[in-house]
Amino acid sequence: MLGLTKKDATLLLVVAVLALCAPFILNPFPEGSAMAQFNAGYPDLMQRFVIFGIFAIGFNILFGLTGYLSFGHAAFLGVGSYSAVWMFKLLSMNVIPAIMLSVIVSGLFALLIGFVSLRRSGIYFSILTLAFAQMSFNLAYSVLTPITNGETGLQLTLQDPRVLGQSVSETGGIPVTSLFGIELRSTYQMDLGAWLFQFNVGYYLCAVMLLLAFYLAIRIFRSPFGMMLRAIKSNQHRVNYTGLNPRPYTLAAFVISGMYAGLAGGLMASMDPLAGAERMQWTASGEVVLMTILGGAGTLIGPVLGAGFIKYFENIFSKINDNVLHGWFSLLPDGLENLIVGVLHPFIGKGWHLTLGILFMLVVIFLPGGLVEGGQRIARLFRRGKADQTDTTTKPAE
Amino acid sequence: MGILEVKGVNKRFGGLQALGNVNLSVKENTVHAIIGPNGAGKSTLLNVLVGKLIPDTGSVMFDGQSVLGRKPYQINQMGISRVFQTPEIFGDLTVFENVMIPCFAKRDGAFKLNAVGDMLGQKDLIEKAEQMLIDVNMIDKRNMHSASMSRGDKRRLEMAMCLVQEPKLLLLDEPTAGMARADTNNTIDLLKEIKAKRDITMAIIEHDMHVVFSLADRITVLALGTPLVEDAPENIKGNPKVREAYLGESA
Repeated sequence: MLGLTKKDATLLLVVAVLALCAPFILNPFPEGSAMAQFNAGYPDLMQRFVIFGIFAIGFNILFGLTGYLSFGHAAFLGVGSYSAVWMFKLLSMNVIPAIMLSVIVSGLFALLIGFVSLRRSGIYFSILTLAFAQMSFNLAYSVLTPITNGETGLQLTLQDPRVLGQSVSETGGIPVTSLFGIELRSTYQMDLGAWLFQFNVGYYLCAVMLLLAFYLAIRIFRSPFGMMLRAIKSNQHRVNYTGLNPRPYTLAAFVISGMYAGLAGGLMASMDPLAGAERMQWTASGEVVLMTILGGAGTLIGPVLGAGFIKYFENIFSKINDNVLHGWFSLLPDGLENLIVGVLHPFIGKGWHLTLGILFMLVVIFLPGGLVEGGQRIARLFRRGKADQTDTTTKPAE
Repeated sequence: MGILEVKGVNKRFGGLQALGNVNLSVKENTVHAIIGPNGAGKSTLLNVLVGKLIPDTGSVMFDGQSVLGRKPYQINQMGISRVFQTPEIFGDLTVFENVMIPCFAKRDGAFKLNAVGDMLGQKDLIEKAEQMLIDVNMIDKRNMHSASMSRGDKRRLEMAMCLVQEPKLLLLDEPTAGMARADTNNTIDLLKEIKAKRDITMAIIEHDMHVVFSLADRITVLALGTPLVEDAPENIKGNPKVREAYLGESA
């Protein structure tokens, strides 16, 4: 199907079902119940899952396939956001031209940075990309204020020309982003008993983009180009002595992954039309590295899992505070309750970074292949158990 | 005129004269061995041939073109493949993929962005790679992870990767270094087989005299960076100068 092997097609199908049914899957708990705070099925968060998923898939094309660790990928995300917002200011509120421009501009920007940075490999490459990203961040903050609006961030105003659209909406406000007239913020709410499911146009736009991005990533991974990139990661020396110049290949991978980041940035701006320099900061670049490694670098689904995991922690886990804990442990004797809450206190709420950090360390040490490897190990255990029971009737699982 | 002509090559590392006025002519379709005691400049000479080092003076012509100043990948595209002292293969890839990479390199040469192409669509290359694996007796290891193979198999794979490019000149840098006797003999047989099957010129740098005398048509003896003699194997054996270079060092 679609030029994929059966296994890859299944994977794509699974991702498609997960992405399209996310409003159900992420909202397992009834509204108003004690567990409802763990529901992640609201549009804002789902959009973030998917957008960072795209960002991480793109990063993985560079890092997972060629082994070049870029520490400046957020720069492309930021450039994508700025480009999209400018398109909203100048052209119209339709997101398609905005997203197209963000992909193109960040691709060009990646070409420039990649051309310089890829002259070195290993740690020097990482430092060069980091330097470029920090440079972009600081420029966006200061010198480039006419383009980026400095500290305030780039926002839409009522004075923007919007030559193909309208400067002011009928109600006198700033118009909202749309897809050929369909407002991205419009949400269909479905009440099903105690549950509330929200279907948001913006989210579904992001989900479709994710599927396209994921499909393209599978094709790249399985293509001769992808094999060449893996060869470069494995032994660059041999690549040179095989009559191949590795530079154009790594540069192409860098540009493709920059364009993915630009797509993510453009989508981010489409969901909420403003762009700030902090999107380019090195912490943002570091975050996508964490997502990819946590999920499993070099695997197809890993980066998406990693992105979802980190964003879930950031938005949901951080909401657990002492009061919530007291609620959970209220059945215990007072002294014990206070003790447990006291012990857990540094790990919850604002301390979610600590929990995430510990989890990250555990994953890196015990599951070097990330969450994907964890999944594979569990599957193997399960399969072995099954094989023992049924003995010869099961076929080898490869 | 040989296919490879080295004329008056000098290379100096600080105070050390690694190569002094080296002249060498490798004739087409022969196996030319370059031998010499440790530090004779064999590896330096090889690195000059593949573009890793640029000599201070002199010229290196391959097939009528100068190789000097070209990058290793460009020299490979001219038709020179190299086997390393320690096998250099793509450890993360399967045996089959290892052979596919040089197939692509041979066909595309320059960069080609084939990012959404299908591997299965490359039928001619797949056939070629599989035929190569059959030729070197590795087809049963087709889907093996290449890093997990024995050293002898890695060497065999590396030769397959070089040969599938159909090079005009194959450079072998101590192909049997660190191998057991049986593996060494296998390698000799493999090289003889290759030689019998196709028109190929080989230049071998080797320590092991057994290998050299079983394979070479021509032998150049290097000592202290300068060629001492160049002759047929049977004449080299009895040559007093060669004996002196080797014995003088080991005594």
